[in-house]
Amino acid sequence: MEIMIALLAGFLVAAGAYLMMSGKTLPYLFGLTMISNAANLIIFASGRLTFGKPPLIPEGAHSIEGASNALPQALILTAIVIGFGLLVFALALAYRSYYVLGTTKMDHMNASEPGTEVGS
Amino acid sequence: MLLFWPIVIPLLTAVLTLLAWRSTEMQRGISLMGALALLLAALAIFSQVVETGPVSAQAGGWPAPFGITLVADLLSAIMVLLTAIVAVTVVIFSFSDVTVEEEHFGFHPLTHSLLTGICGAFLTGDIFNMYVWFEVMLIASFGLLVIGGGKTQFDGTVKYVGLNLIATVAFIAGVGLLYGTAGALNMADLHGKLAGRSGEAVVLASAAFLLFAFGSKAALFPVYFWLPASYHTPAFSTSALFSALLTKVGVYAMLRVFTLVYDIDGTVFVPILIVLAVLTMFFGAMGALSQNSLRRVLGYSIIASIGFMVLGLAIGTPLALAGAAFYLFQDVLVKTGLFLGAGVTARLTGSELFARSGGVWRARAGFSILFLIPALSLAGVPPFAGFWAKLLLVQAALDTNAWFLTFAALATGFLLLYAMGRVWAAVFWSAHPGGESAITAPLGATSLLPVAVIAILVTYLGLSAGTFVDLALRVGAELTDPSAYVQTVLGGAP
Repeated sequence: MEIMIALLAGFLVAAGAYLMMSGKTLPYLFGLTMISNAANLIIFASGRLTFGKPPLIPEGAHSIEGASNALPQALILTAIVIGFGLLVFALALAYRSYYVLGTTKMDHMNASEPGTEVGS
Repeated sequence: MLLFWPIVIPLLTAVLTLLAWRSTEMQRGISLMGALALLLAALAIFSQVVETGPVSAQAGGWPAPFGITLVADLLSAIMVLLTAIVAVTVVIFSFSDVTVEEEHFGFHPLTHSLLTGICGAFLTGDIFNMYVWFEVMLIASFGLLVIGGGKTQFDGTVKYVGLNLIATVAFIAGVGLLYGTAGALNMADLHGKLAGRSGEAVVLASAAFLLFAFGSKAALFPVYFWLPASYHTPAFSTSALFSALLTKVGVYAMLRVFTLVYDIDGTVFVPILIVLAVLTMFFGAMGALSQNSLRRVLGYSIIASIGFMVLGLAIGTPLALAGAAFYLFQDVLVKTGLFLGAGVTARLTGSELFARSGGVWRARAGFSILFLIPALSLAGVPPFAGFWAKLLLVQAALDTNAWFLTFAALATGFLLLYAMGRVWAAVFWSAHPGGESAITAPLGATSLLPVAVIAILVTYLGLSAGTFVDLALRVGAELTDPSAYVQTVLGGAP
């Protein structure tokens, strides 16, 4: 099971990196989302995968034998929420910067580079 | 309980300034009150830590390592104190710097959210919690960078956001691997669990992820490109806040994680850190020399300074760590002073470009001296604080017979002196292209006071260096032997 998750994470990173190298803002963000999902999968697998077991300890027992680890799920949930917030901001930024800068191609974004500055 | 205040106060201030959205005056008042309250809390923590050693608090009463722990050792306490000092000066400076429009877009709430994240990152004893504080900091910094945005600001923000998000992903992946192999997230707990395991592949892999993540935050070579692309674009107050604190949080995280969690002694990370530190110093100094606009030069000088701090971490002796810590402390103040000073000169001369500014010395000699003090400190001229920081690092490098590193540190110091000399010549000494009467803008107390306070602090830090070097040596000792830290967090025998 872990090997499947590992392969999936690897695939997501490869696909994400490919998208990010396209040089445009939107594919870059989509690629980044894929990579951050790969990171989430890494945390998921780090808690060891157990199939079909609730994260509960039977009454009276003290060890987590036979229960799945709930902590990585809480961590991923946090990471997903944060990642979602960042993604929404980044999408809004990509949209606005297209209107302000007139391009989605990163090679053409040079308003803050030396020599091309507006004002100052 | 004391440890929660540096997080609660800025958070409350952010909420209150949001509620006072309609009145800029009220927002300013609350913002300043919040920054001053943060300073009081930071002073209380600092004095307690100096007296009794590290203190800790468990959130929600959950005992470590199960709950989230807040810890303040000397390094954390001093960083929180410096954060508060920077907060007060930047908030006061912002009154005459930030436009009303930017204030309407939420300058004050965002600033205090940023401070919440920074203080949280300094105080937390849990590595996943540190990730969360990094994100709080990151999202607030995105907002601050882009508000009031014109073309240059959007351009800078796109690059800043794009590159910082990669670092974020690397951070969380590293934490995931770390949890997978050690089964713990509390840094004091990890210290015990990873003892003697520093050669294992998974441990090294997670450390590599974290090095990439913190390196990106700290603007280490070769992942510093977001900094010169963005730091010169927002309001000067924002620039000062970022350059004083954001990269330093990355350095703090490195100092913390690579001494407490990982034992990097004898691993491949020592040569890697040394190479990265030297290249960071070199490219930072060369970048500073090649730019022709004030904040760009200062931006590259941040990168060079980061190189010095990481060099101290890489050498790794108590003296070297003390040097890194002292460099870190004084650089927070120096960068605040330089960027706020840059704001004043830009207002006086009407431009940041060297070609279009000049004549500040002739028109405003008093202010020029206030700018010169942090500039000389950055270059490492005695008696200012930067000299003692470099002295400690050079001494540490000599002690380990690292001649090349000694040479690199001294050469970078020389290049930085040259870069500051260029700034001085272009902005202060040379005549303004508009003639002698070009500089007429008045300087209010809200612009001069923060710059003056920082200049006095930098001078004081340099003149009574004995006290502060002793503090830095204590930090170095605490970092090399974290048993007091671990004992405070976990209780019981170390």
